[in-house]
Amino acid sequence: MKRLLPMPLLSLLLFAIWMGLTALTPGNALLALVLALLIPILIRRFWEPQPTVHRPLKLLVYVIVLLWDIIIANLEVSRLILARRREPQPAFVLYPLSLTEPFPITILASTISLTPGTISAHLRIHDGTLLIHALDIEDTQALIDQIRRRYEQPLKEIFQC
Amino acid sequence: MTFMPDWLAPWLEGLIAFLLVTGGIFAVIGALGLLRFRDFFQRLHGPAKNSTLGVGCTLLASMLFFWLQTGDHSGRELLITLFLMITTPVSAHLLTMTGMHHRLRRTERTQGEPYELGSERDR
Repeated sequence: MKRLLPMPLLSLLLFAIWMGLTALTPGNALLALVLALLIPILIRRFWEPQPTVHRPLKLLVYVIVLLWDIIIANLEVSRLILARRREPQPAFVLYPLSLTEPFPITILASTISLTPGTISAHLRIHDGTLLIHALDIEDTQALIDQIRRRYEQPLKEIFQC
Repeated sequence: MTFMPDWLAPWLEGLIAFLLVTGGIFAVIGALGLLRFRDFFQRLHGPAKNSTLGVGCTLLASMLFFWLQTGDHSGRELLITLFLMITTPVSAHLLTMTGMHHRLRRTERTQGEPYELGSERDR
C-alpha cells in the first residue's frame, strides 16, 4: 500500500485537477487515475516524506472552518480599511509552534496568511517559532491562543504528530 | 434550459449579479487598502485577503452563469479558486520576507521588534 500509493493527498489532488480540467468521461477518469498513481511514484524521491492523514473527516471540517474564516477575514479587513477615523494597531507576534513536521507547518502558515488580519512573515525553523504580522491587534496573547485552539490543535489531530 | 423550472431563472440571475457586484466591491476595497495603510507590512493585508473573496465571488458567478447559459458544469473555476488559495499565502510570505530583508520602515505604533528587522533586543 505504502509503495503503491506513497502520497495519497497528492494523488487525490492530481486526480481532482485532471478531472476538473477535462470533460467528465470514463476515458478521462481512467487517464486521471493512471496519472494520479504514476506521478507520485516517479517523483517520490524528490519529496520530503509526507505525514499521513489520520482523520480525513476532521480535515474536511478544517477546510470548512477555513473557508468561513476567510469570509470573516475579508469583512474585517474591509471594515478596517473603510473606517478612516481609527488607526490600526499593527504588531509582530512570535508564535511558538508545537508542530514539528514541515508539511503541517506549511498548512498552518498558509492558514494564518489567509485568515483575519494576520500574515505569516518568517518561519524560524531553528527555534520552532513563527513570526506573524498582525494588522490590528491589541492583545497578542489572545491571538496566539486563538491560533492554537482553532488551527494548530485540529492539525495535530489530523496528522497525529 | 430544460431541467430548470421557469421561476428559478430570474432568481439565479439575480444571484449572479449580486455575486459579481460583491466581488467587485471587495476588490476595490482591497485596492483602497493600498492608499489607506501606512507601511509596507500593513499594505500587504489588503490585497492578500480581499482579492481572495473578490476573485472567489467573481468565479462563483462565472460558474453559475455558464451553467445556466450552456449547461456546462465543468467547475474549472473551482480549480482556479484552489490554485489561488495555495499561491496567495506563499506570495504574501515571500513579499513579507523581502520587505524584512530590506529593513523597510514600519509605523511607530507597531508592537514587537523582531530581529529580522534589525532589532538587537530580540536576539
